[in-house]
Order: sequence, then C-alpha cells, then structure tokens
Amino acid sequence: MSINLIVLYWNYITVIMLMMAGLYIIISNQNFIKKLVGLSIFQSSVFIFYISLGKVSGGTAPILTGVEDTVYSNPLPHVLILTAIVVGVATNALGLALVVRIQEAFKSIEEHKLLALKKEDGLKDIQIEVTKEDSPV
Amino acid sequence: MLILDNIPALLVAMPLLASAVVSLLPSARIGWGIAFLTTLICLYMAFELVGIISSTQALSYAFGGWEPPWGIVFVLDSANVYLVLLVAFVSVIATLYAYTMLAREIAVEDLPKAYAVWLLAIASLFGLAMTGDAFNRFVFLGISALSSITLIALGAGHDRRALLAAYNYLIIGAIGATFYVIGVGYLYAATGSLNLIDISDRLNELGTNQAAITGLAFMLAGIMVKAGVFPVHIWMPAAYSYAPSAVSSLLAAVATKVAIYYFARLSFGIFIDITQLVDFFLLYILMPVSVLAIFYGTIAAIYQSDFKRLFALSSIAQIGYITFAFSLNSHSGISAGFIHIINHALIKGALFMAVGIFALGIGSRATMSSMQGVGRQMPITFAGFVMAGLALIGVPLTAGFISKLYLFKAILETGNGFYVALIALSSVFSVLYLWKIFEVMWLKEPVQPLKINKEPASAYVPVWLMVAVIMIFGVYSGDVISSGIGAANALIGAR
Repeated sequence: MSINLIVLYWNYITVIMLMMAGLYIIISNQNFIKKLVGLSIFQSSVFIFYISLGKVSGGTAPILTGVEDTVYSNPLPHVLILTAIVVGVATNALGLALVVRIQEAFKSIEEHKLLALKKEDGLKDIQIEVTKEDSPV
Repeated sequence: MLILDNIPALLVAMPLLASAVVSLLPSARIGWGIAFLTTLICLYMAFELVGIISSTQALSYAFGGWEPPWGIVFVLDSANVYLVLLVAFVSVIATLYAYTMLAREIAVEDLPKAYAVWLLAIASLFGLAMTGDAFNRFVFLGISALSSITLIALGAGHDRRALLAAYNYLIIGAIGATFYVIGVGYLYAATGSLNLIDISDRLNELGTNQAAITGLAFMLAGIMVKAGVFPVHIWMPAAYSYAPSAVSSLLAAVATKVAIYYFARLSFGIFIDITQLVDFFLLYILMPVSVLAIFYGTIAAIYQSDFKRLFALSSIAQIGYITFAFSLNSHSGISAGFIHIINHALIKGALFMAVGIFALGIGSRATMSSMQGVGRQMPITFAGFVMAGLALIGVPLTAGFISKLYLFKAILETGNGFYVALIALSSVFSVLYLWKIFEVMWLKEPVQPLKINKEPASAYVPVWLMVAVIMIFGVYSGDVISSGIGAANALIGAR
C-alpha cells in the first residue's frame, strides 16, 4: 500500500522533500549566499509542483496536429511557471547584489557575526576583522 | 471615451512606463518631475474610478479582450476602490515629500534611478489593489517586493544597516510569496481556475475540498507575511527604520494595507462554502494573535528609543487593530477594519515623514537622546507631528477617534465587553510612548543647534497635507465611514 503510494505520487514526494530541504537550508544556515541557495531550491520545488500538476498521463505537448482523440497536457501551469521562474531569477539576482553590498559594507556575510555586532550596538562604526574563512567564496 | 474606459489598466501602465522613461534619464530633478506628474494623473484617475464605482457598484476590466474567467481581470468594487484612491493620494504626498528628503538620505549617484524604482513600487501597489487573478497577484507581489527591497537598500547611503534589513525582507518576503504561490497551485488543482470570482463559484459547486482548504491556508500564511501580521512581522521594524524616510512613509502607509485588503478578501469573499473553517480561523487563531500583536507592538514601542523603529513597532500594533476588527467576523467589524486601514495609512505616513524631517534637522538618527528639545527648534513640523500622534492614540476630532469608535461599536455588537477594556488599555499604553516623545522633544531644553537653517517647506507641507486630511476625516467622517460600510457590503453582502 505505502509502496504503491510512493510510486503513484513520487513526483509530489520529491516536491515535498525539496521544499523541506530548501526551507531548512534557509533557516539553518548562517551564510547569506547559502540562504539564497536554499531559497532557490525552495522555489524550484514549487515550480516542479506546478509542472506535475499540468501533466496528463499519456498526454503530449499541446500542439494541434489534426490527429483526432489526442490527449494533451495542460499548458497553463507550465506557462505560469515561466513567469514564476522570471520572478525567482529576479529575486535571486537582487539577493546576490545585496550580498555583494553587505560584504563591501561589513566585510562579512555570516549572520552570527553581524548579529553579534548588532548586539554591541556598534554596527555602524566598528570595522570588522576579516579572517580567511569568512571570505565569501 | 478611450481613457475613461481603460483607467484600471492605465493606473498600472502609466507608472510602469514612466518608470522605464525615468530609468533612462540622467537627471534626478526631471525624474522627480515625471514621477510627481504621473502620481498626480493617477490621483485624478482614481477619483474618476470612485465616481464610476459609486454609480455602477462594480467594474471588471478584462485585459486584451480575453473575457473572464480565461483572461486576467482587474476587479473594482466598493471594497477596493477607496484603497486605490488611498494609494494614489499617499503616493502623491510621498513623492512631494521625496523631493527634498530622498536626496538627503541616499547616495547622490543612486538618485535618478531611485525614482524609477519608486514608480515601479507605486505601479505594483495599484496592481495589487485591483487584480482579480490569483496568479497575477503573485507577479505584482514580486514586483512590489523587489522594488520595496531596492528602495529600502538605498538607505545604505546613510546607514549601512539598511542592507541587512533589505536582505532579511528579501528572504522572508520570498518565502511568503512562495507560500502564496503554493496555495494558488492547490486551488488551481482543485478548481482549474485562477480567477478569484470563478474560483469562488466553482468551490461552491465542489463543496468541502481538502486541497482548497490547504490552498487557502498557504495563501493566507503568505499574505500575512506581506501584511506584517504579528507572528510573521519580523522583517518590518528593521526595514522601516533603516529605509529612507520617504520610503518608510510610502511603505508603512500603503504597502502593508494592500496586503491586508487581500487578506480580508480571501477570508470573507472567496471561501463561502467552508465558512465554518474560516470562522474557526478568525475566532481561534486571528483574534488571539491580533490581541498579542496589539500588546506586543505597543509595549515594545514604549521601551524603544529609536523613533523610526518605535513607529514601526506601533505599526504592528495598529495592524493588530485592523486584523482584530476583521476577526470579529461581522459586518461592522469589517467596516471598522477598512476605516482603520484608511486612517492608519494617513496617520503613520504623516508620522514617518515628520520623524524624517527631525532626523534631517539634527543630522543623525532620531532617538530619545538625540532629539532633546528638537520640537522647539522645529515647531511647524512638530505641531503636525503632535496632531498625527494624537490621531494615533484616538483623541476626538481626529481620524483615529473614528477608527476606535467604530472598533468599539463592532466589539460591543458581539456583546464581549472584555475586548473593549483590552483595546482601551492598549490605547492608554500608546499614550505612554507618545508622551515620552513629547516630553523629550518639547519639555527638554535644546542641546545642540540645528544642522539646517530652517525647516524645509517642501518637506513639512506634505506632512501638513496629511495632517489636514486626518483632521478633516476626524470631523467630516461620513465619506470614510461609508467607504468602510461599502467595503463590508461588497465582501459579505449588505446587512
């Protein structure tokens, strides 16, 4: 029974696993770039969710060929996801741009270092020492 | 007439096109001129829309001749037409204010492009207020989030912490938007439609449906992040306090309000078949959370010494009042919520603008220690600030009083006097933090001379325009009240 379920709904199970992985990365990581990677995974899982929604089993691409009784997949979710991908790319680009600016301004993109500085209430004036392991690459 | 027929589309298209034009211009002054002209035209069009809606009740604008439910529609009825007017009015005033203030708070080289992003933000707010398509709203949410994040990050020209605030908003906002789009996917799977009115019809035929309920939950969660409702508000204080003042006043006034409006539309207008579940959500989740929001926001504001952060925290409490009014789940509750949406937008906009002018005057952030006696040095702005502060508490003859009055009326209709006591108590707390500010700014001696010669008229005139409207709505409140009642009629039917 449960094996059957997994086989039947493997695409949705993949979506859920990716979704949880993405969210977990966002929450658990201190590094701002890794957080963005998590966000990307999280968004991609939703893209896959939409794309599986539109798939009709046995269906082909929705192009009129004149052959009768053809089963077509639903193209609308796929089109929606094209838009969502654009939004996702823009979000990631802006996020990365911000990370570059944060690195320039604070010399660190590690959340715990920035938070520690915030507690000291000197975020504006204190220069942060750069160590090798903090470098953003 | 061609223009009158296409107002809903033009309200979004005009700022969008103007934004593209401005981004090509090298001069910030011309950019500002185009931005101001565009917002003025939008205000005129919003007034026209109010006229149209008051005679026809509802308007559905289908894009490209694709009739609903297939194409994208902008739907206007008495629930959102006043919101469109509010967005238009606040964007005119905020643009006027930005002329002096934005230039002083961001890096000079960013200024010409800043107005392009500014117009983009305004276009997306109009879109969010009008669209009747669930997925189209996700796109507008994206434009709105990206442009507001960019505007917040511009504050880094003055204070580099703005970058961190913008980054946090980006991550949390993107999670919220993705939650919303998951919900839309569930609804689409259940109903096969993206048009909200069509979804509502199809759900009624479908009966109780697990996927639809899950979809609703995801959508509400996502929208709550955007609206800054209490447990998911965490992006808000930092974002509002490090953004340039003009940006804070625009975002605090209207960006959260369009999300709150949609929150109400989802809760009341769409899921008619699963009313019991929505009732449960409103009574057992939204109501306690709203009460917590009101007290958390107010008490945290009392202990806060940074002015902008203080008012951002007070925004959380004020949004708590709005969601509390909605959670009463009655006609008068929804009216009270919509009345407070308008009033709070005006009040908080004016307060953020005034704080920006104070900070400009002393040349550093406005805090309890740096603001000693500044009220005496900048009396014109301070007078407007005090009036807006009184309206925030809810003193009679101000718009805030009307909000509180209708909120009390809505609560008393449910027969639960306990909540009246709670709201009254929170108002007393809000007196505390405003008194603290008044004491520091007016009763203490000035410690340092101002960094500027005199208060810039182009900055305090917008504050006073807002305050004038707050006072007018406090005395001649008929229009605001009827707009709130109209909104409730449109959402749950006349009672």
